[in-house]
Amino acid sequence: MSYLYYPGCSLTGTAKEYDLATRAVMDAMGVPLTELDEWTCCGASAAEACSDLLALALPAINLAIAEKMDRTQDVLVPCSACYLNLKKANEALRQDTKTRARVNTVLAEKDLTLEGTVGVRHLLDVLATDLGAEAIRAQVKVDLSHLTIAPYYGCQCLRPYPVFDDPEEPRSMEPLIRATGARIHPWQMGAKCCGASHMNTKMEVALELVHAILQAARGADAIVTVCPMCQMNLEAYQNKIARRYGDVAEMSILYLPQLLGMAFGLSDETLGLGLNLAVNDHFRSQCMAANFFRTEEIERKESRL
Amino acid sequence: MNPSPSRRESGAHPAPEALQAIKDKIKACIQCGTCSASCPNEFAMDLTPRKLWRMVLMGETEAIFTSQTFTLCSACYNCTLRCPRGLPLTEAMHDLKQMAFRGQMARYKPSTAFYGHFMNTIRRHGRIRETEFISRYFMTMAPSKPMLPLSYTGLGFRLLRKGKMAIEYPFAAPGKRSLEKIFQKAESMEASK
Repeated sequence: MSYLYYPGCSLTGTAKEYDLATRAVMDAMGVPLTELDEWTCCGASAAEACSDLLALALPAINLAIAEKMDRTQDVLVPCSACYLNLKKANEALRQDTKTRARVNTVLAEKDLTLEGTVGVRHLLDVLATDLGAEAIRAQVKVDLSHLTIAPYYGCQCLRPYPVFDDPEEPRSMEPLIRATGARIHPWQMGAKCCGASHMNTKMEVALELVHAILQAARGADAIVTVCPMCQMNLEAYQNKIARRYGDVAEMSILYLPQLLGMAFGLSDETLGLGLNLAVNDHFRSQCMAANFFRTEEIERKESRL
Repeated sequence: MNPSPSRRESGAHPAPEALQAIKDKIKACIQCGTCSASCPNEFAMDLTPRKLWRMVLMGETEAIFTSQTFTLCSACYNCTLRCPRGLPLTEAMHDLKQMAFRGQMARYKPSTAFYGHFMNTIRRHGRIRETEFISRYFMTMAPSKPMLPLSYTGLGFRLLRKGKMAIEYPFAAPGKRSLEKIFQKAESMEASK
């Protein structure tokens, strides 16, 4: 099992830790990732608001690079917005020969051409479907049973393409989180929208959505995410939300592979945990407790031998 | 992204015929309101999504392009998923956003300037350069919203301190990953369509 890897712009900047943790977890599980050569931006949520043709051509450039590199491997994408853009272009080109011809006319400017033969896969899909909870459990070295985790899926890895999970009541993260020993925070907010780029253009609207999510997460030790935009919206505006609404406690927000990596015993540096904007003392003390009890348990087992 | 100068100056609403492609996509709408009930941003909209689709079908460009509804679509795809007629509603929202962008309509400036600067940055560099894109966006917004950057200053410093954002010269020359030729080609094809 191996994948071509499209990190996307966020994972080279504001979501560096998502890139670090994804690579580290895949490496620990023995899954090689090959980064696409000279990949470019997928168009994010901007292209679709400006031009239909660029909204297809920008992701298509990267799919064409993938086809050129290796048609037998799927392209693994950790960012939900990149994932949807790449997937949408792939589907559009597969279904409609006219669209394919049009997009390929644009791609010819970069001496590229696309047939639509490679698969586009979200990181969560690969973790849940290809690898699975048992393979994760086999790597667990640190018991995280002190933690209660709220799984947050967001929108674009689930909708409009229901590929690996229920698009309205997703559950695919639960077995993966349970495999680390952690408990699942019961809530209905996992597939709700965080407001996405409204945080930049219509902040009051996005704050309202994020407030509802943070409020529903009360009682959990952390929320885990699988998208840089969701992560940023949930972690970066907590002070503003606390001032505005006065009823939200600070909440730790991690990427799913960071949580898995912690359970694998990978270091904070390897997982980029110092880069998160909202990993608080409560969460750290819970993790230290987990490590502490783990050590005691190992000592007890060893003394019995 | 450079919208044509003639339309840039025009304050008029687009002609009803400009909506034809969107009408064709949603003509099977039965006005059931599932879209409105599924929309996370409906609470902030002046027209509910259901009413917006009715306005599209009736060719009411003035009602559509004085409303903020389509810019409040955050592309969560709930309506697309749930529409009992299977209509591509999120895509239709994108179509309206594109009309506002191409017409450079003043009342949508926060959104169109944001997306326009994003596109121009990747046109020059192939990948997003956050500081360059955001500084240019703030510059465009400065006449109407001079205090806008203050809402993000704290976050900016936190990102800089963590090395997640770099200080960049906002007018750097295009890099080796420039997508200039791709953009030019796409623009010429869309202009001649």
